[in-house]
Amino acid sequence: MAKIAYYPGCSGQSTSLEYDLSTRAVCRTLGLELVDLEDWSCCGSTPAHTVNHVLSAALSARNLALAEQQGMDMVTTPCPSCLSNLRTAAHKMEDASFREQANALLDTPCTKNVQTQSVLQILSEQVDPETIRAKVVKPLKGLKVACYYGCIMSRPPELMQFDHHENPMAMDKLMELLGAEVVPYPLKVECCGASYGVPRVDIVTKLSGKLLDAGRELEADAFVTACPLCQMNLDMRQGQINSALKENFRIPVFYYTQLLGYALGIDDKELGFKKLCVNPRPVFDKLKEAAQAS
Amino acid sequence: MNIIDLSEGDPGFLAEVEARSEQKLNTCYQCGNCTAGCPYTFAYDIPVSRIMRLIQAGQRETVLNSKSLWLCASCQSCTTRCPNQIDVARVMDVCRHMARENGCVSERTSKLFVDAFLKSVEEHGRAFELGLMAQYTLKSGRFFDNIAVGPPALMRNKLSFKPHSIQGKDQVARIFERFRKGE
Repeated sequence: MAKIAYYPGCSGQSTSLEYDLSTRAVCRTLGLELVDLEDWSCCGSTPAHTVNHVLSAALSARNLALAEQQGMDMVTTPCPSCLSNLRTAAHKMEDASFREQANALLDTPCTKNVQTQSVLQILSEQVDPETIRAKVVKPLKGLKVACYYGCIMSRPPELMQFDHHENPMAMDKLMELLGAEVVPYPLKVECCGASYGVPRVDIVTKLSGKLLDAGRELEADAFVTACPLCQMNLDMRQGQINSALKENFRIPVFYYTQLLGYALGIDDKELGFKKLCVNPRPVFDKLKEAAQAS
Repeated sequence: MNIIDLSEGDPGFLAEVEARSEQKLNTCYQCGNCTAGCPYTFAYDIPVSRIMRLIQAGQRETVLNSKSLWLCASCQSCTTRCPNQIDVARVMDVCRHMARENGCVSERTSKLFVDAFLKSVEEHGRAFELGLMAQYTLKSGRFFDNIAVGPPALMRNKLSFKPHSIQGKDQVARIFERFRKGE
């Protein structure tokens, strides 16, 4: 398999350290070679495109140009927001006049069409499920999970070209493969409130509260996510949600790479469970009980 | 009910939004699918389908002063579900650009957060979360909104006290400089 340039995204160095850590560990175990994109910069995230589309594309395209210079034609990122920005930049730059405008902001122009895919897409499409199944040493038997994808992993479909835009299944299939029971979670692509946690926390407590509530209704033991912002809102802000809504949610919220890593027998230290805010211990207790019973 | 005199609309506004978003807004027939799926309607002052109608009617002032523009998270629900393939989220984005250019800021904290984020990227090449939060908090005066999440993040060593500066941070700063010159 060709080498893939790895773009961790800014949150991978701070609020989603455990996502970056577990992504690297899982890819290594499954034989996917990721090469860090050297000197990568911020994609501009949501703030840049709300100011100007050329600025946003240029911030992302600097990274696509770096990939080009470093001899890579495929970039992967765990973060859906980075993914959306990198793909939008590449897509818009297919138009020659837009490419010229974005390149005019860059020191080194971006000339090639570098592709970006999520780590989830690569794991789903380029790794044989049987390879994963064969490597499972600690199955997730007895665990009920709700897979929550967030709003932009597959939307809009014309741009993202991955999974189903209303009912994505990539994480569901992966979790089932690992032995978990996946609840039919109806709010897979509903927005969690995104970065409004900072300027308008009331919006996030309402929207993320609704997501947690649906998970509880379905008796999920845990949430499984693929987005640093979704995970942060559901996990780090779960206390704020409880205060605002007079609720008592205590649902652990994992990155899918953490549970995949657990099932593959990767050392806990490489999966960053201690970085989670809602204590995941009940989940591990349940898994151990189920393992002992069988 | 708010009655709008269509003869007083500014057709130039519709043309500008259409040109900048590369969308044909006249294909919108008010089915309401965008509003039905929009998670933010509860916080909006004007629902997204009505924003679309107001643009058609050339209501520049009303649209550019709407809070909704600053509360749209670009979740792509509207764009994905529009039966006429209008990229509604992009239209919202373009209106937000125009509002910003015209100094219309109806949700001050949203703008301050965006500004703090981009300033951080301009200075360091990457977003420095603790720094941008400090910047945002000082500018907004909202000292207590995010206090609850500070300790859990700090206890888990999630927030670095130093920015992750990169070698090419000047290249990133020049992107912003050239952008401002061209504006």
